[in-house]
Amino acid sequence: MLDVKNLSMRFGGLLAVDQVSLDVKEREIVSVIGPNGAGKTTVFNCISGFYKPTGGTISFQGEEVQGKPDYQISRLGMVRTFQHVRLFNQMTVVENLLVAQHRHLNTNLIAGLLKTPGYRDREQKALDRAAYWLDRVGLLELANREAGNLAYGQQRRLEIARCMVTEPNLLMLDEPAAGLNPAETKDLNQLIVSLKEDYCVSVLLIEHDMSLVMDISDRINVINQGRPLASGTPDEIRQNDDVIKAYLGEA
Amino acid sequence: MPAQNFKHALFCAVITLIIAYPILGLNLEAQGINVTLTGADTFTIVSVFLAAVVVFLFQLFRDNIMGSLQGALSGLSSGSQKEPMAENKRAKIESWVLTGIVVLALFWPFFVSRGAVDLATLVLIYVMLALGLNVVVGLAGLLDLGYVAFYAVGAYTFALLSQYTGISFWVSLPLGALLAALFGLVLGFPVLRLRGDYLAIVTLGFGEIIRILLNNWTSLTGGPNGIGGIPDPTLFGMEFGRRVKEEGNTSFHETFGIAYSGEHKVIFLYLIALVLAVFTALVIRRFMRMPVGRAWEALREDEIAARSLGLSRTAVKLSAFTIGAFFAGFAGTVFASKQGFISPESFVFLESAIILAIVVLGGMGSQIGVVLAAIAVTILPELAREFSEYRMLVFGAAMVLMMVWRPQGLMPMRRIHIELNKQD
Ligand SMILES: Nc1ncnc2c1ncn2[C@@H]1O[C@H](COP(=O)(O)OP(=O)(O)OP(=O)(O)O)[C@@H](O)[C@H]1O
Ligand SMILES: [Mg+2]
Repeated sequence: MLDVKNLSMRFGGLLAVDQVSLDVKEREIVSVIGPNGAGKTTVFNCISGFYKPTGGTISFQGEEVQGKPDYQISRLGMVRTFQHVRLFNQMTVVENLLVAQHRHLNTNLIAGLLKTPGYRDREQKALDRAAYWLDRVGLLELANREAGNLAYGQQRRLEIARCMVTEPNLLMLDEPAAGLNPAETKDLNQLIVSLKEDYCVSVLLIEHDMSLVMDISDRINVINQGRPLASGTPDEIRQNDDVIKAYLGEA
Repeated sequence: MPAQNFKHALFCAVITLIIAYPILGLNLEAQGINVTLTGADTFTIVSVFLAAVVVFLFQLFRDNIMGSLQGALSGLSSGSQKEPMAENKRAKIESWVLTGIVVLALFWPFFVSRGAVDLATLVLIYVMLALGLNVVVGLAGLLDLGYVAFYAVGAYTFALLSQYTGISFWVSLPLGALLAALFGLVLGFPVLRLRGDYLAIVTLGFGEIIRILLNNWTSLTGGPNGIGGIPDPTLFGMEFGRRVKEEGNTSFHETFGIAYSGEHKVIFLYLIALVLAVFTALVIRRFMRMPVGRAWEALREDEIAARSLGLSRTAVKLSAFTIGAFFAGFAGTVFASKQGFISPESFVFLESAIILAIVVLGGMGSQIGVVLAAIAVTILPELAREFSEYRMLVFGAAMVLMMVWRPQGLMPMRRIHIELNKQD
């Protein structure tokens, strides 16, 4: 589904990502791990179109997407969350989910002003989808709160729900467990697995929480200082000497 | 901490002296061809020093003063918020109150003086302008300091069309608005990538360019002399003048068999402005609940997140600029018709600043707040004409006070409550 080949990203003199390749297949959870500053977020930024990679190709569902504008890439069905939560803070929780469904809605101004049946119908569907996902992540009661006032863990879940209402094929999560307590991390674990099992979404995951990564990943890619270090199943990674030396050993 | 306060207070007092003394305490007097510098009378100098002392004391005890004021203010507002009403009920009451106000506004011009109605028309024009700018600044978060340009486009469209082609107010109204919207779209393009301060400076430049263009394109616009003889609106072909100017039209007072009165026209214009202002408010209110309105706010809140969800920055920003400009075009047409004469003088930067001040004072994104602020900003200077020289001073002071105590504006925007049905 997603196929990244020899991706490179250079910032001035710094080669932040150097010849990284990875791929994600249908209904698969693939993790990217590596020490701080390894270039994981930069890989995400390249895939999602925020940076224009300096080298390599990225294809998504058979289409080359490198260099496309970010909003077009997300419309292809690949959406992401951010390492530092990015919600529309002054908008309510439902409104956050409605914004995400922009392209599923009737955005014709005249239709909206006149509230044509077609417009209402799509608006209602969007509200139902929002309600469904809020219920799914346990935020339905808070639907009309301002997103910025939610607790941190709730904000994280809202960010995932906001991706899911766009009905993506590939969900990219940048350190979703950062700052969560163990109970919340366990819920997140179940949520991600259920996204794959019940909603047929593939997940590309950056995470420092090793138990979470080892538990849910189908495959893992390790990068270190921008370069690919190893890739394989969790068991292979656990036993890889390079990885142990560079990363797991220190942690 | 106290030592730091003391230093700060002393610094402020000295600054006050440095600024106030040369401005108020020194006079340039012309004696023949020579200019001499004379000191002001003792009273002025004493006042300046007194002012410095006041500044000093205020800065010294600032924390205490602010603290107690803040307490009093929050006491006031928490009292009204203690019992949150059911959202539906509240919305219903609110819409009834608003309808009531509009109905009252429909009838009151028949009972007040001509001057008051004229002033009220001006207020309504500012309401339209501020509601339109609110889309750009309050909702989309794009600081536009050249908004007056679109107002000018609307006004000049009507003035020029009526002068060269004799087109009537009613035809010109949509044309002016559309042309202003087109300008919004075209001027929006180059500033798409800019944000914050840079955007503000460039839009400021655009505002000035339009004004300078109007000033210098003498062959078309008459330059600084402006354009006069702009016709009044007609009511189904009825004119409001004493004599009918255009063939085929009838006159209002003759048709209805009443005595001619100059007031009819003023009231008619007021009613048009009222209808247009209500129209503007309703349309923008709808927009705020539509995908486009949510996209504006999303872009204001977090542009990167908005883009990651498939919103195109270009489309969203341009739509805000275009729609904001559209309503400025409306306001411009009404203004031209009300004045009967327009010149570039009416579209200086100060106008942009006033409209922006209305938006900020009223509360970004809040419609009722903007209406209240428009009333305050237009009417207060009229009431206190003796102080008109200090108008800008009072204005500045009001802005500073607002920023300190109520940065969210008079009536901050309240979010809409959306009922959700539980899904299974
Ligand atoms: N826009 C940028 N300009 C210049 N350098 C950048 C930029 N973005 C990232 N970098 C650099 O690229 C390197 C990789 O950063 P990146 O954020 O991708 O690391 P990471 O693996 O996500 O780390 P962490 O685990 O701390 O999130 C860092 O050295 C960083 O300073
Ligand atoms: Mg990172």
